[in-house]
Amino acid sequence: MDLQFLHNLSLGFVVALQGSNLVYCLIGVLLGTLIGVLPGIGPVATIAMLLPATFSLSPVGALIMLAGIYYGAQYGGSTTSILVNIPGEAASVVTCLDGYQMARQGRAGPALATAAIGSFFAGCVSTVIVAMFAPPLAGIALKFGPAEYFSLMVFGLVAAIVLAHGSLLKAIAMVLLGLLLGLVGTDVSSGEMRYTFGIFELTDGIGFVGVVMGLFGIAEIIANLEVKEAREVFTSKVGRLMPSKEDFRRMWSPILRGTAFGSALGILPGGGALLASFGAYALEKKVSRYGSEFGKGAIEGVAAPESANNAGAQTSFIPLLTLGIPSNVVMALMIGAMMIQGIIPGPRVMTEKPELFWGLVASMWIGNAILVILNLPLIGMWVKLLTVPYRLLYPSILVFMAIGVYSLSSSPFDVLLMAFFGILGHIFTRLECEPAPLILGFVLGPMMEENLRRALVLSRGDPMVLLTKPISVGFLIAAVILLGIVLAPAIRRKREEVFVED
Amino acid sequence: MFIGFGLFFMVGARNYRLGSAARMGPAYFPTMLGGLLAVIGGIVFLRSLVAKGEKVAALPLRLLFLITLSLLGFGYLLQPIGLVLALALLIILSAWAGHEFRLGEVLLLSVVLVLLSVLVFAKGLGLPFPLWPKFPG
Repeated sequence: MDLQFLHNLSLGFVVALQGSNLVYCLIGVLLGTLIGVLPGIGPVATIAMLLPATFSLSPVGALIMLAGIYYGAQYGGSTTSILVNIPGEAASVVTCLDGYQMARQGRAGPALATAAIGSFFAGCVSTVIVAMFAPPLAGIALKFGPAEYFSLMVFGLVAAIVLAHGSLLKAIAMVLLGLLLGLVGTDVSSGEMRYTFGIFELTDGIGFVGVVMGLFGIAEIIANLEVKEAREVFTSKVGRLMPSKEDFRRMWSPILRGTAFGSALGILPGGGALLASFGAYALEKKVSRYGSEFGKGAIEGVAAPESANNAGAQTSFIPLLTLGIPSNVVMALMIGAMMIQGIIPGPRVMTEKPELFWGLVASMWIGNAILVILNLPLIGMWVKLLTVPYRLLYPSILVFMAIGVYSLSSSPFDVLLMAFFGILGHIFTRLECEPAPLILGFVLGPMMEENLRRALVLSRGDPMVLLTKPISVGFLIAAVILLGIVLAPAIRRKREEVFVED
Repeated sequence: MFIGFGLFFMVGARNYRLGSAARMGPAYFPTMLGGLLAVIGGIVFLRSLVAKGEKVAALPLRLLFLITLSLLGFGYLLQPIGLVLALALLIILSAWAGHEFRLGEVLLLSVVLVLLSVLVFAKGLGLPFPLWPKFPG
């Protein structure tokens, strides 16, 4: 907490409070809340949809807006979970459990307020965490050579595999498939075409946005259309908002635990908001004195996951901003956004573009404040939005996705890609394969190959270089240990338990 | 169930072939990965033979077909017939894929969405889309 720290933060606030950036932040969090409320469209598809539109914005504005969508969605999702028992967003599935029960007992107001307070608190803490931990981490990362980077990415991907739902083997297969898909296009070192099958559009590689929109957006729509629409909107009276003294007493420690847990998970590759909220709920159920009330409207069951998902959403920016490595799909999209703006994500961002880095950090805090102020009064409006039937909603989503993808390169090819990956995505869901590890592999594929090659060139083809550099070997050992832990039977059972609980 | 097996096998095999056929040099990394994937694909395949899993339900072919068709139609017809008609086609086809299809509602939705898109994307963001079909002459 030295002077430099304060100086940096004040720089950030100056940037974030500039009129236009403030507007982007506002747009971002509003959009985020909107899609958080609407089931059937998540932050991933939205950010992918908006990527082409960020061309025209300033780099800071674009990132601030996209980040706002991500954490705004966490807020929006909790609102509908509590009021109508529909998780608008995957990360708030667990909030339904106790939040909706509270609403049925006429305590919707306190539940909403708890979610807001928890999220806000977590947002503040994790903003500080980002501000404190990012610079030293980036300093370390600057010393990384290609061997270290390669091992770090191996570790990241292993972590993503471990934290994915369902079968480990399938997750590994998905990562590998992603890595391979990422290699399509012109080979960086030799200039040769690989796997392009003579298709001109593939020489630049498979379009990232098309893949993401297909796998997440289109596949999601197809999945939603498969089940018959059966949505009831139950608008309970929100009642008084303020939680009672008793509520406050019971809520603060879950909020603290949730924040800590979420922050830690957010930093881990493969983590982020989704896992944070599930984990925090399970943890809270174990440690809380009111464990038996869980599922029947315990306020802890709202406070912990809501704080955790917000904390996780924000700290997942740390690996992105310092190492240039995405920890989840949304962060992979942020890399895409930075590339569009001509910024290469990585440790240099902080030193070369301090206004971007600190502006983004400060905007997270501002965005959280906007969310608390705006959301409580706007709840009624959000709930009304839920009455829009899905049969009207999904063609609209398709329209925006189609136009967005088309405008990437003004060619039908990206639309074709999106449609193709939509079908593929649907088949993956059928086979219970998660698309998220695929996307991470897809983004990291080219980087991994390049770093591996450079490392091997430097060592004159000796693969032992990965094992002789201390940091590099450290990451590899960590990756092996991680895999070993998951394969160990005891933990394996535990892991299944945690994931089944939804 | 067999659909599932077949697909997994195909994914594995396809990558294996790609991996091995490529030349050394630029092919080094993909070959390694392709081999790994093939092995894992094989294991998953074998395990699914042994384990009695639930049946993988048949794919909703009509749904997949209509959604894909609507997107491709939009992509490839945008230049020749213009934004307005291509969008209307996309909306109507995709709406047809759903459970309920109410003509009036869909038409209204089309009008609103087309207007909105023209205003936001073509006018607002200035994306270079032709709005109407180009008539010869």
